[in-house]
Amino acid sequence: MIASSDDIIIKTIARIFVPFIQLYALYVIMHGHYSPGGGFQGGVILGASMALLLITHGYDEVKRRLPEGVVMLLGSVGVLIYAGIGLTCLLLGGNYLDYSQLSVILHVDPAHARSLGILGVELGVGFTVMAIMYSIFFDISTGGILPGDEKRNEELENNG
Amino acid sequence: MNVPFDIIILLFVVMCAIAAITVRDLLSAVMILGAYSFFMCLMWAQLGAVDVAFTEASVSAGIGTILLVAAVLKTTRRTKD
Repeated sequence: MIASSDDIIIKTIARIFVPFIQLYALYVIMHGHYSPGGGFQGGVILGASMALLLITHGYDEVKRRLPEGVVMLLGSVGVLIYAGIGLTCLLLGGNYLDYSQLSVILHVDPAHARSLGILGVELGVGFTVMAIMYSIFFDISTGGILPGDEKRNEELENNG
Repeated sequence: MNVPFDIIILLFVVMCAIAAITVRDLLSAVMILGAYSFFMCLMWAQLGAVDVAFTEASVSAGIGTILLVAAVLKTTRRTKD
């Protein structure tokens, strides 16, 4: 079970660091097609920042900012964005994830459309990786038992 | 190509790998594995694979260490053998 840390130093340092980690992760995602990094690395850093918040501030605090439903929604929406962009290119007459076809919809030249298309795909990958990394860490550290879910806790304990 | 730097980093990588499998305390082993990942990251960057180095730093040293710490907290901290 994840509880809030008692140490004021750990909580303060985490509270100061988490926004900067998340800002850096967003930079890695948005700048992924110009420099090293991209959706996967940025998503992992975002997930790690939420895991840091979960370790230091406890489940109740994190649940307020990022409820379980939102995590699952982000994980699914990311896959939908990725597949949606790919299928849009397919419907417009190109290959799967052939971003230059998006120039018809976006009203820009094909080179610019490629840049925007890869940005959209990176965003989708980033959302999904962040949600799934956070939920893997959450499931390992709690064993799938949510605080406040007493009926399920008893059930799991009775089954060993 | 900077040969002395390569040799030093390789030495640290091998030292960390041996230490991670010989140490008794599982939490220490996880921490040493994190250090191993960072040295591997330095080596990838030195070899010119910056994207691989980035992935190594964020995935292996970042979230991998956190996941292993969470797994260690679910078991005993010391190994039996």
